[in-house]
Amino acid sequence: MLLVYAGENVYAEGEREQCMAESVQLCHQLKTKGQYLAASPLRSVSLATSVRIRNGKRLVTDGPFAETSEQLGGYFLVEANNLDEAIDIASRIPGAKKGTVEVRPIEELTNLPNTGA
Amino acid sequence: MSVEEIRQTVDGVYRAESRRIFATLVRLIGDFDLAEEVLHEAFASAIEHWPQTGVPTNPRAWLVSTGRFKAIDAIRRRTRFDASIAAVGNRLEEIERSKSVREETEIEDDRLRLIFTCCHPALAPSTQIALTLREVCGLSTEDIASAFLSAPPTIAQRIVRGKAKIRDAKIPYQVPTLADLPDRIDSVLSVIYLVFNEGYSASSGTSLTRPDLSAEAIQLGRLLSELLPDSEVLGLHALMLLHESRRTARASPNGDLILLEDQDRSQWNQQQIAEGTALVGRALSSPQFGVYTLQASIAAVHAEAPSTAETDWAQIVALYDLLLRADPSPVVELNRAVAVAMRDGPASGLGLIEAILQRGDLVDYHLLHAARADLCRRLGKSAEARESYRRALSLAQQEPERRFLEKRLTELG
Repeated sequence: MLLVYAGENVYAEGEREQCMAESVQLCHQLKTKGQYLAASPLRSVSLATSVRIRNGKRLVTDGPFAETSEQLGGYFLVEANNLDEAIDIASRIPGAKKGTVEVRPIEELTNLPNTGA
Repeated sequence: MSVEEIRQTVDGVYRAESRRIFATLVRLIGDFDLAEEVLHEAFASAIEHWPQTGVPTNPRAWLVSTGRFKAIDAIRRRTRFDASIAAVGNRLEEIERSKSVREETEIEDDRLRLIFTCCHPALAPSTQIALTLREVCGLSTEDIASAFLSAPPTIAQRIVRGKAKIRDAKIPYQVPTLADLPDRIDSVLSVIYLVFNEGYSASSGTSLTRPDLSAEAIQLGRLLSELLPDSEVLGLHALMLLHESRRTARASPNGDLILLEDQDRSQWNQQQIAEGTALVGRALSSPQFGVYTLQASIAAVHAEAPSTAETDWAQIVALYDLLLRADPSPVVELNRAVAVAMRDGPASGLGLIEAILQRGDLVDYHLLHAARADLCRRLGKSAEARESYRRALSLAQQEPERRFLEKRLTELG
């Protein structure tokens, strides 16, 4: 699993589009070597919602995961019709009881290789 | 009808129905901005057409239907210019298929959908408040900004971002499922209560209250009580009415704070008290009543008392006991301590306040120090009273509260 971190504002005009195009290219190269499984850009962090379960109660808040003392521990990629469905699934993830599940929509690119080995 | 009469009719329909029509248009169109745009086009169209055709029998249905056609036109135009939003085409078909006006209950549900969407917990609380006042109550950005002492661009940005999150993170336009309802109602009620409190006891600034915001909050409470008469919904509606009933009595003509014990009770609004008390009765008859109903019950006991001395303090303490069990917070504990002081004498209340302070709670809360000062004053402990009034004064933000504390300090000499 390769995770990409960057400030959302570091891309100048047009740079983001170029980054997307190059990323798609890389995906196709990996595909030919049988190394590609899946990739997607995430939509803006301003669309993030955090879900936690504490004392059996669901806590939903605006914004991304912001604790620096905890580490990324896993991921789920799911199909949901709307945010409420995604929050329902997020609150069923056992990790939500100890940590936080950040819900982010992904940007669907149409020119990526088919998913899977 | 003359053009002038038509214009007045349209104005009347706008005032009474525009947010309802907006709520329905959002459901049909699925886009807040486009719904707002076509809402105004539909009203403009009414001013243009009604003088010839006469006012339709159901103006609201006419306006919804006109708005819907305007939306279809707008989407068609946009798709022609921008092929990338061809996905909107599907949406367009959906809009065309949907019946523009359904049952009356469906229309009422649209208003609930709008409230639940604007108060969705995935939005920051400050965004929930701004969106609710803008989209549900129809307040202008400028009005919201002045009510919250913010700059209009700040509020505008909050609303734009909120709508972007609703659209792009796909916050659904629906009344939550039964399982989610209790949590989601909590979120809506806390938005309404925050709006009310900002209007009733502005957190900062020169004036004690901003009545317009409280009126909006009570209106929202009334709407929710009609659409979703859950016990806590009734409880909050009652609580707001009972507080509001004392508005004129709690400030002097020059804006000074008047404590409950010194208020002229003949100035209390009896109509609001009667309505609030009746709502408390209904809320208490449900086994699920909670913190809003309990607070409203306390307010109702005050409302029926002819004076502080004749107030049923034993009942108030008992209600605070229940409230502490439902919501164990130091602020509730402080209020209970004040009620105990009224029932058993200032020394008993003071002991409870000292206990809160010793635990390290509310040390920076001006009302705790003001309450402590008052009890010390009653016990003749002038030095301690002065010290606490000074501490309260150093923490208080609101001008009328500061003037009150300064006055008490001067009286102590």
